[in-house]
Amino acid sequence: MILRALFQIGLLLLLPPLLLGVVNRVKAIAAGRKGPPILQLYFDLAKLLQKGAVYSRTTTWVFRAGPAVGLAAIVTAGTMLPVAGQPAIVSFAGDFVLFAYLLALARFATALAALDTGSSFEGMGAAREVSFASMAEPALFLVLVVMARATGSLSLSGMLGPGLAAAWRAAAPALLLSAIALFVVALAENSRIPVDDPNTHLELTMIHEVMVLDHSGPDLAFILYGAALKFFLFGALLVRLVADVRMTGFWAAEGAFVVELIGFSILVGLVESAMARLRLTRVPQMLVGASVLSVFALVLLLR
Amino acid sequence: MGAWTDMAFILVVVLDLFLLASSRLGAAIRAVALQGALLSLLALLLTGSGHDVGHMIIVAGGAFLIKAVLIPWLMFRAIREMAIRREIEPLVGYVPSIILGGLGVVLSFAFSRGLPLPTNEMHPFLVPTALSTVWTGLLLVVSRRKAVTQVLGFLVLENGVFVFGLLLTDFMPVMVEAGVLLDLLAAVFVMGIVMFQINREFASLDTDALSSLKD
Repeated sequence: MILRALFQIGLLLLLPPLLLGVVNRVKAIAAGRKGPPILQLYFDLAKLLQKGAVYSRTTTWVFRAGPAVGLAAIVTAGTMLPVAGQPAIVSFAGDFVLFAYLLALARFATALAALDTGSSFEGMGAAREVSFASMAEPALFLVLVVMARATGSLSLSGMLGPGLAAAWRAAAPALLLSAIALFVVALAENSRIPVDDPNTHLELTMIHEVMVLDHSGPDLAFILYGAALKFFLFGALLVRLVADVRMTGFWAAEGAFVVELIGFSILVGLVESAMARLRLTRVPQMLVGASVLSVFALVLLLR
Repeated sequence: MGAWTDMAFILVVVLDLFLLASSRLGAAIRAVALQGALLSLLALLLTGSGHDVGHMIIVAGGAFLIKAVLIPWLMFRAIREMAIRREIEPLVGYVPSIILGGLGVVLSFAFSRGLPLPTNEMHPFLVPTALSTVWTGLLLVVSRRKAVTQVLGFLVLENGVFVFGLLLTDFMPVMVEAGVLLDLLAAVFVMGIVMFQINREFASLDTDALSSLKD
């Protein structure tokens, strides 16, 4: 039992940078490039951790705390997510509320650190990030409520646990709609392409990248790692909801889970290659659409 | 079988919401065509043991031919001839129209159970899907400026009526339904001519130009 928990923590901590590597590789292949190595983010993180950090004199402790608080919040949220059919390490009734708000806390810490630099540019980035997040959050909550209602469980482990297969049989349309909404939210929350381009440094259009311009060294490593972890968390949530593969045996289940996650990364990479970025004014429309879809799913369940 | 019918109804409603959000005319026409194809599929899926199969096949085939092939082709031709691609400034913005559409969908799914029906209900999603599609069509007709989008709204409205008509296929003779479909085709034809005239007169398809008086 302890060994399994350790393995799950290891998966949670070590796998995420690989997924972003897969996304970048898929994008590179689709664009006819060779692309960076799949393990590039690990090298980047190792390099950044060895460097020193530079702090502007106008910043206070808030700026220094931002990356650490953000990473800690995301890791804590990760412990509540069940991995591959196993119950999560931490699980209690209503933990999905804490899960959503830990992700919000991470965003809050990053936005606060960006505001602390006093740069008007970073303030603008924080404003954009928070205003889009305020539209993505209702959609995320509605999806979680749909899952809670369909499975009759109030914890993430229960929602994604054994009750899910029965819920799919009873309410497939509602769950499918909420899965689509969750995919849109995952793209928006992880600043992927229809909403934000993770590779862009074009000042007028970036959202998430703006906030982290002043961070350097280990702080930047924390932020990059936190972003990878967040991608892992949303991917795991979606993969467990949609492809509820139940393998007998612990290792087979974990292996299937990793394969599914890599499939999710490939899907995100394909979406990024096929779509153009939306104009900033069109993003709220997409997020409101996701919310409306999940409200529709909830009504289907409740009627 | 039951799950597929559910999915088809849900997809019709999702297409309604997509239409309210999309500003590209090409995508919107494709969505309307897909909705028409889904309706003919639904007509086949809902054919139970007690129905006249030949009648249903004629209805479904006619709906597919006119709603999913002929009218979209006419619409694509219209936007190609008039070289317009997108709705510029709707009277009601996209986000408010998605929210209004979502509200209509929620209300129709929540309350349609209470409605008294003349026949027994064939499928629990049928009436709410019809109501929300009609509501979407109305919204599109009143809230868009371009004549092409208004025609699309009219088509969606008619799709909603068609869904409702599926409830009554047992009582409706084939001739009535063929008449309705032909009416629709004629209406789109006439609207195409009107659009062409508006375009030639004002060099745009903005129907607001019609409300200002001229000598």
